[in-house]
Amino acid sequence: MSLSFLFFCLLGLGIFSFLFGRRRIRALSAASATQGIKQHSRDIYHGSFVAVCAVLVPLVALLAWTGVSPLIIDAMLEDFLRSQSPDLSVGELGVLMAKVKAYYVGSLPNSFANDLMRDGSDYFAAMVDNSAMARATIVILLSVSGAAYGLRLLAPRFTARPMVEQIFEYVMIAASAIAILTTIGIVLSLIFETIRFFDKVPFLEFLFGLSWSPQIAIREDQVGGSGTFGAIPLFAGTLMITFIAMLVAVPVGLMSAVYLSEYANPRLRGIAKPAIEILAGIPTVVYGFFAALMVAPFLRDSGAEIGLTLSSESALAAGLVMGIMIIPFISSLSDDVINAVPQTLRDGAAALGATQSETIRQVVLPAALPGIVSAILLAISRAIGETMIVVMAAGVAANLTANPFESVTTVTVQIVMLLVGDQEFDSAKTLAAFALGLVLFFITLMLNVLALYVVNRFREQYD
Amino acid sequence: MTDYSDPQYRAARLKKRYRAERRFRAYGLAAVLSAALILVFLLSSIIYSSLPAFSHHHVRLDIEVSSDYVSAEAPADGNYLGMVRAALRQQFPEVTARSDKRALYQILSIGAYDDIQKRVIADPSLIGSTMSLYVPLSDDIDLMLKGLIDRNLPESERIVSDRDLQFVDKLLSEERIRSQFAIALFTNGDSREPEMAGIRGALSGSLLTLVVTLIVSFPLGVLAAIYLEEVAPKNRFTALIEVNINNLAAVPSIVYGLLGLAVFINFFSMPRSAPLVGGLVLALMTLPTIIIATRAALSAIPPSIREAAMGVGASRFQVIMHHVLPLAMPGILTGTIIGLAQAAGETAPLLMIGMMAFIVDVPGDVTAKATVLPAQIYMWANNPERAFVARTSAGIVILLTLLLVVNATAIYFRRRFEKRW
Repeated sequence: MSLSFLFFCLLGLGIFSFLFGRRRIRALSAASATQGIKQHSRDIYHGSFVAVCAVLVPLVALLAWTGVSPLIIDAMLEDFLRSQSPDLSVGELGVLMAKVKAYYVGSLPNSFANDLMRDGSDYFAAMVDNSAMARATIVILLSVSGAAYGLRLLAPRFTARPMVEQIFEYVMIAASAIAILTTIGIVLSLIFETIRFFDKVPFLEFLFGLSWSPQIAIREDQVGGSGTFGAIPLFAGTLMITFIAMLVAVPVGLMSAVYLSEYANPRLRGIAKPAIEILAGIPTVVYGFFAALMVAPFLRDSGAEIGLTLSSESALAAGLVMGIMIIPFISSLSDDVINAVPQTLRDGAAALGATQSETIRQVVLPAALPGIVSAILLAISRAIGETMIVVMAAGVAANLTANPFESVTTVTVQIVMLLVGDQEFDSAKTLAAFALGLVLFFITLMLNVLALYVVNRFREQYD
Repeated sequence: MTDYSDPQYRAARLKKRYRAERRFRAYGLAAVLSAALILVFLLSSIIYSSLPAFSHHHVRLDIEVSSDYVSAEAPADGNYLGMVRAALRQQFPEVTARSDKRALYQILSIGAYDDIQKRVIADPSLIGSTMSLYVPLSDDIDLMLKGLIDRNLPESERIVSDRDLQFVDKLLSEERIRSQFAIALFTNGDSREPEMAGIRGALSGSLLTLVVTLIVSFPLGVLAAIYLEEVAPKNRFTALIEVNINNLAAVPSIVYGLLGLAVFINFFSMPRSAPLVGGLVLALMTLPTIIIATRAALSAIPPSIREAAMGVGASRFQVIMHHVLPLAMPGILTGTIIGLAQAAGETAPLLMIGMMAFIVDVPGDVTAKATVLPAQIYMWANNPERAFVARTSAGIVILLTLLLVVNATAIYFRRRFEKRW
């Protein structure tokens, strides 16, 4: 039984239990009403209580089984393969397991498989089927017995409402804890793989090395097979593209925020603000396409006109388009901050004879500065983490250069390049992506903390 | 020492200040206009380059559905390609040499036989009749007919050979070629041939992924937000949760992809390229958006509502479920829709978990291999064939239209149901 079908089964059982519980308490109360016993909770709570009994435990069991059973099946498959051919080394066993699974899902053609793989695949298929059957049986049994248990408890004086509310509170706490679990998941998954990466590549070489070429030879005797993992060219490329993006986004975003909140009449504001919001809603893959197929060729051709040689994957094209993507981000954040500056400050400046632009430059902007700086920091963090534009428009080769007309690569591009396509999970090449991911996570986290700090530390309280 | 009492100086200075004022104002207007111009340019250039993908040139052939090619017992095994090619040969009786025939076949699309195959399988009684059908031409011929490949270039510089030109010109003079709406763009899955490639597979992949995202993130997000906003005591645990949510909202999306790869695929052995994993990753990504929007909607409900409900004896949960939540629902739904629209346009984390495989079939289940619309656009953009540029732009236009509709719905919801207290 497939996961989604089972899920909907459980949902159906829940609804059925609710209706059944509600009916039952009505019958029970009607019977005891003659003896003067009043019902404690309303019908709906009795129904909900039975539904919760029918759904909650099986749902946890379903998720736990789905999470854990692959690990158990893997272990059983390993035992099976070992019993079939006892003299396999650990590494060979791992490769064999991967091939068995590939054969099982059909991505390994029959002609490449040997008898052992076919046997293993049959065994694996049987285990997967068994596991799915067992899961369905257990979940449905638990659900039915849960409902039965709930129904037995129902009585007019049964305190269903506090029970349901208490359970509801626990469920809410669990839901809130997902945020913590996600953070822990991100940090742990990145850190574990990064530690394994630093077993293979020295920490300092990664952080300060000047050469990045992650191609590792498949055979031992290939030339240049070792791969070098110096990440400085990636950091430099990321910084350059981010810098170009900021050169575009900060002036345009800030000035349009100033114009829209201080000068524009309501009609222009009503048109221009949604237009800028539309820019924010465009998916990044669209910007990437725009950069790679429209801006980059245009820049290259117009560069050639005036005698400049631009790479068709120049940092300039990627940076410009990333700047366009960031404009709405900066403009809407700055807009909020500028609007938060109290009107009395503007009136005061006007009373002293300042022109409107003098008021803005010497009063409003300084007052809004902490918020604007924090907006820019957040924008930088966004630009550093942006992936699709650079994957499509920036280069793959890691050049250490300060020339924006040349092609550079970024941290995010390399993560994608290292992980897309076939991968074995133990090579330094794959693990390097996680090390880069950790750097990315750390830097963006720091920028966000810094942005928060700037606002809290330097903001003036005007009211 | 400047003499401020000198009227001449004062006039000059005032002039200068007014000039500065006008300059500053002009900068602001220029910034707004340039942002608007960029938007117009971006959209119009993409729409313009997508136009060729919405039509395709077809040639009318009189196809003889003879029993040489297909038998009534097993219509699915028929040689439909041969049937279509024979019909094309009829138009050119003078072509006899093998190499010429092969060149002739090149002007048809690889998928030229799809239509006739479907018709005959649906109705085997067609065998023995002759049908006049429009079948698609190859992408290069189509581009040339649309004027995107210049036929006046010397033969060595264009993809279409002189011989192909002669074939096409003859068909044109017989008025057998016409341009029709490219329905394949909407009904087909992915293909290596640009004229046969469509978005249906990617669209249903996106839909499945978003359903998983919605089922996971909406209940979790709303429950978490209610807890944090209405129920939670102010202690270190809740403070920790709040810090976490704010940070997660700013984590780059690609990091969520790494999380999905390491946890869902490698640790829990979930299938690669599946909408289930994609949906889970996007759900984790959307969760902060939904929580933040829900909290904003909840906190906009005035305390008087809560106090009134409590005053007539409602429990804390009855206050929330019967009064606060229903009133906050428009805001919550708007936030959820906007979060889902963001998720629908997201590509990078899905590349990490392999949702960019070349998949021809339309996925039917959340564990089947699938791709999503933005990833499909990315793959088409990487395709070197020229006709794929238009295909990619068309995919983008469809994606943007969908997102626009979804966001407009959200805004309508907010306008329609929002209450000012």
